Amino acid sequence: MAQYRRIGVTNNNDVAIVSFNDKKILDEASIQELGAELFGLVEQHNMGDILLNFTNVEFLSSAALGKLITLDRKVKASKGRMKMCNIRPEIFEVFQITKLNKVFDIRKDEAEAMTAFS
Amino acid sequence: MTESQSPQNTSSDKSSWQKSIDLPSERGASRLIMDELLDKLGEHGWASADIFSIHLAAEEAIVNAIVHGNKLSADKKVHVECFVSPTVARIEITDEGDGFKPNEVPDCTQDDRLEVPNGRGVMLIHNFMTRVEYNEKGNHVLMEKVQDA
Repeated sequence: MAQYRRIGVTNNNDVAIVSFNDKKILDEASIQELGAELFGLVEQHNMGDILLNFTNVEFLSSAALGKLITLDRKVKASKGRMKMCNIRPEIFEVFQITKLNKVFDIRKDEAEAMTAFS
Repeated sequence: MTESQSPQNTSSDKSSWQKSIDLPSERGASRLIMDELLDKLGEHGWASADIFSIHLAAEEAIVNAIVHGNKLSADKKVHVECFVSPTVARIEITDEGDGFKPNEVPDCTQDDRLEVPNGRGVMLIHNFMTRVEYNEKGNHVLMEKVQDA
């Protein structure tokens, strides 16, 4: 089992549920580390589904958006599905402005996301 | 050390706060001003959603100045001037780089660019701030948010 510093991972019906340890995702070094952990998870959890739960996240920068876009592409390439949930309104607005709400499958909470996976 | 030689210059009265600071061109240097800026926005009664917007715009612009403007050069500084009152938040950022043309940054919301991982900072700044102006060279940005009356 991999050790993570930036994320927490639990498994629910073959969906890897990811939570974030940082409230603010903006520091370049942390974002690099976060990206490496998320990409590693996709490789390890090949062909699987991933749910990113943003409950803990109060702020994220455009560099973090870049990692999420790359992650989404990697998950799709490995025939998995990626969804996001519990995104606070300010961050959802960032997704709307950048139109990433069209790219990402964004759900209200874990229950709604899990239903959508099944 | 006289006031003019100081790298930091702060003034504050009850109704407004201002500060200027030179940041080194290192990743993460925005933290040298950001926490204080966020505290002052809160103290001047700005709502948390507005503080989020200003935080994001300032962070993106400072990172752009450090990374794209000064190219992380150790002998270049990023000069930041902040002004906060209950109705106006203004941040001016100047780097020592060659400048850029904001209208030549590709539109990241076009379908064929939606999945390109970078290039969203400038667009977020424009959406979150009331007024954004660059100098002709493109190495100085003034951004201002005005509280709705």
